[in-house]
Amino acid sequence: MVRETNRYFKFDWITIILFLLLVGFGWLNILSASHVGESLDYFNFSQPYGKQLVFILFTLGLIVLVLSIEAKFYERFSSIIYILSMLSLMGLFLFGKNVNGATSWYAFGGMTLQPSEFAKAATALAVAKYISDLNTDIKRLKDQIRTFIIIIVPAVLVLLQNDTGSTVVYAAFFFVLYREGLPKIYLISGVLILVLSVMSLKFGVLITALLAAVVLTVLTLLSNKKLSILKSILLLLLCVGLSFAIKYVYQDILKPHQQDRISLWLRLEQDPEKLEQMKKTFAYNLNESEKAIRSGGVTGKGFLEGTRTTGKFVPEQHTDYIFSTVGEEWGFLGSTLVVIIFVLLILRILHLAELQKSQFSRVYGYSVAAIIFMHFLINIGMVMGLIPTIGIPLPLFSYGGSGLWAFTILIFIFIKLDSNRINEW
Amino acid sequence: MRKFLLFLSVIFIGFIFIGRLFYLQVYTSTEHNLFEDNAIRKVYDYPKRGFVYDRNGQLLVANQPSYDVMVIPREVKPLDTLEFCSLLKIDKATFIKTFEKAYHYSPRLPSVFVAQLSKEDYAVLQEKMRKYQGFYIQKRSLRHYQTTIGANVLGDIGEVGYRDIKDDPYYIMGDLKGKQGVEASYENTLRGVKGIKFIQKDRFNRDIGPYKEGKFDTVPQQGKDITITIDAKLQAYGELLMQNKRGGVIAIEPSSGEILAMIAAPSYNPNILVGRNRSANFTKLFRDTIGKPLFNRSLQGVYEPGSPFKLMNALIALQEGVLTPKETVTCYRGYRYGNRFMKCHCNVGTVNNMITGIQRSCNAYFATAYRKILDKNGNASDGINNWSTHAKSFGLGEFLNNDLYVGQKGRIPDRDYYKHVYPKTFYSTYTISNAIGQGEVATTPIQLANMIAAIANRGFYYTPHIIKNIEGETLPEQFTAPKYTTIDRENFEPVIEGMFQVYKKGTASMLQVKDIDICGKTGTVENFAIIDGKKTQLTDHSIFVAFAPKDNPKIALAVFVENGYWGSRFAGKIASLMIEKHIKGFITRTDLEDWLLRYGLEEEYAKPYSGKPFNINDKTIVHPVDESEYQHLKQRLKELENPGV
Repeated sequence: MVRETNRYFKFDWITIILFLLLVGFGWLNILSASHVGESLDYFNFSQPYGKQLVFILFTLGLIVLVLSIEAKFYERFSSIIYILSMLSLMGLFLFGKNVNGATSWYAFGGMTLQPSEFAKAATALAVAKYISDLNTDIKRLKDQIRTFIIIIVPAVLVLLQNDTGSTVVYAAFFFVLYREGLPKIYLISGVLILVLSVMSLKFGVLITALLAAVVLTVLTLLSNKKLSILKSILLLLLCVGLSFAIKYVYQDILKPHQQDRISLWLRLEQDPEKLEQMKKTFAYNLNESEKAIRSGGVTGKGFLEGTRTTGKFVPEQHTDYIFSTVGEEWGFLGSTLVVIIFVLLILRILHLAELQKSQFSRVYGYSVAAIIFMHFLINIGMVMGLIPTIGIPLPLFSYGGSGLWAFTILIFIFIKLDSNRINEW
Repeated sequence: MRKFLLFLSVIFIGFIFIGRLFYLQVYTSTEHNLFEDNAIRKVYDYPKRGFVYDRNGQLLVANQPSYDVMVIPREVKPLDTLEFCSLLKIDKATFIKTFEKAYHYSPRLPSVFVAQLSKEDYAVLQEKMRKYQGFYIQKRSLRHYQTTIGANVLGDIGEVGYRDIKDDPYYIMGDLKGKQGVEASYENTLRGVKGIKFIQKDRFNRDIGPYKEGKFDTVPQQGKDITITIDAKLQAYGELLMQNKRGGVIAIEPSSGEILAMIAAPSYNPNILVGRNRSANFTKLFRDTIGKPLFNRSLQGVYEPGSPFKLMNALIALQEGVLTPKETVTCYRGYRYGNRFMKCHCNVGTVNNMITGIQRSCNAYFATAYRKILDKNGNASDGINNWSTHAKSFGLGEFLNNDLYVGQKGRIPDRDYYKHVYPKTFYSTYTISNAIGQGEVATTPIQLANMIAAIANRGFYYTPHIIKNIEGETLPEQFTAPKYTTIDRENFEPVIEGMFQVYKKGTASMLQVKDIDICGKTGTVENFAIIDGKKTQLTDHSIFVAFAPKDNPKIALAVFVENGYWGSRFAGKIASLMIEKHIKGFITRTDLEDWLLRYGLEEEYAKPYSGKPFNINDKTIVHPVDESEYQHLKQRLKELENPGV
């Protein structure tokens, strides 16, 4: 009997509470963002808040299901789950339903399902499985390439379905691989390209090159290993080359709407007339969401009292732009609280991951944290204008059954794995 | 180390987000303001604009409903356009054009389809409106003038412009605001305060319902009625007399400073600035740069006062003790100073004391007086400053600070004024033209009328004002407290006697009115215009100031008639008639009245624009107006006398 009671206590209740807080608060905001008129009917299934309530009830069942399956199952069947998931993604090309330009949905009667949401969990399982294999050494190029393939396949599949947002999320696995020993050169080049991109677009190639030269000179002089002059010059040339390449990609390869988003993000446009024009076109959502957040002030206008939310000024507010509702109705205090809960959830999962004794569980847990982090970073960053517009939902918060269930599965598989930690020996 | 990359990234991003939130919601956030929140529609409820009554309680300005046909293009269903167009009195092309314009503005929002229907059209249309879906009738309120007079007094209301909105956030686009006259100066009293309803809307600008159940809504506050000091009958009479002339007339009640009549000619019927044709008519008035009907000559016209200003010099001379009433000056058809000469109409050797000096308007007498004032202490610089102070105590040379929407300072020079022309030496002869009210002295008709009111009161005046009563308010002390001049009471009597003699035996002896002791002073002022780059003299302005009765005065006035030649020719006649009208209520000098209706000065005014050489003053004759115009004016005079007919 002692063993029986322990079964419930060995689940990490902190994670579960944080999870429930986000789902619950998320629903309140969906209610606010989608209710129409004065009267509230919580079980009005023609409205997003009603549907979401049903999704949440389903979620509870899903949790029980995920937790009741033997932990070993997930590791053992990870390859199959991955392959099934990939097949479901490919099937979209044949049977997919087009919504807002992306063919990411299967439609069953009135229900729709988005397999790309679940593919993240499947990929996390597959990556964990592959890396934890005794024969895999991530420091070897061959194994690196194989790992990359596991990640790139779903990423490319969703990209082909015009779901750029979900593709970007797969970058999360970089954190996982780096943790597991991916050479530093990837990190360095990644950061370098990011910095160079921003620099060259914002300040132009010349200033970027000059800055790179200054930094390299300082590094050459300070470095105790004495970075050779030749190497430094080569690096500088590389930087300049990259800088030109980035300019070229931005100007000639990116599509106009992508250019617009980057130009908006980096505030490249200074002409006030064009800025006004932008606010009416592609920057409309961002502008409205920023206005909604700004209008919230310190304490917010109160639950169901947001004038911009009630007036549905922010398009897609109950899905990708749900955080603007938090901003308007709950103000700085509420929004900060949401940010803190997310940070705590991610850190908690990370902390648990590090405690795992099996490498599979650790890699999987790390992937979960990284995926949530990526969503959190891109979604909230986008809604507040810190990141170019990329449409992905805020985990557990945004309206949508597939997303909610996929994250539930993602997190609760890990909670299950974690609860089994003691039996790993 | 590798463990910490994601760990630190999460914390870092967490801080960045909180920082951004702080920036958006605390640092750059403004207090939530319903008026600036464009998610809330503000629906305004306009109060009744206050009525305007004249001093005898006659209603001058009321309101009238006006009906606009509005359209919401998206809701329009196919309709019988032919019938609809004929009801609206438009053609089909206009219908299509207007509809497209409205659709282009917004398919969802109402636009004005046809503005300001007449009451008759409205009555017919209202019956059939239900047949035309997507169209509805919006009621608005416009001014309704109960009279055709006093356009310059009453002013008008018009839509606010961008600047009005910027200056006073009370106004929003489409609001009406006083633009001229009492509508402008008593705007805040008349307009009331509009009520407001807050309505939550969605991003398509559609109303969803009252914001917070109307908790913040307010009800409108009605505008207050006002009574103005104008006597509508006197005003109408004066305007009639000023037909076919240009100039200004101001009549003031000396015992209160109330403005009895304020006439600017040419004027216009205030009704033309109401309704559908407002903007076309306003443009027409605005573009008339020759007649300048929007220019309020009685308030804004700055003229050299001419001979009436001699009264001022006489008063100052007495006050300064440089002349006694009995002291005489001999006139030799003018006044010689140095090697220059100022002409006068007196015969050679005429001996004038103060009373006959005023009566005959002797230039030599007043040149002497002026020089004596300036040279009193042997220093003309001090002298002119002292002289200036006295004149300014009559409200000349400064704004009167009253409740009229426009005004001018006029000009009373002092030593400082001349510092550039005469930097070093300054003698009294340099500015001798001021002695006879020309040179650098300039006044508006209202200032001059006020000066006469101060003389009539023997030493003080009330700031001339137009407001008599505001519903439930008392007038500010500014209008009820007397302002004293620097001249002692006893010094007025000789001057008033002189003015009385002007009527008895002097320049206005032809203008006497039976049983009324009028004190007056004529004025004839040279004036010039630039024609083809050359300074050209025009026929003199005809000026007259007067008050009556001599004891216990009831009316003081100043009349300016541009290019009317000598003072009693036009201005004096008008002054006499208005005095009689005000005091007796009827006219015995119908000969004067008839002459004024029959003669106009349009020929005189056309001369500078004719492009041909022309004669002035004694080489001209005054022309009668067209017979039809004369009959028309006679008819209007009759209507004034018997308003029932």
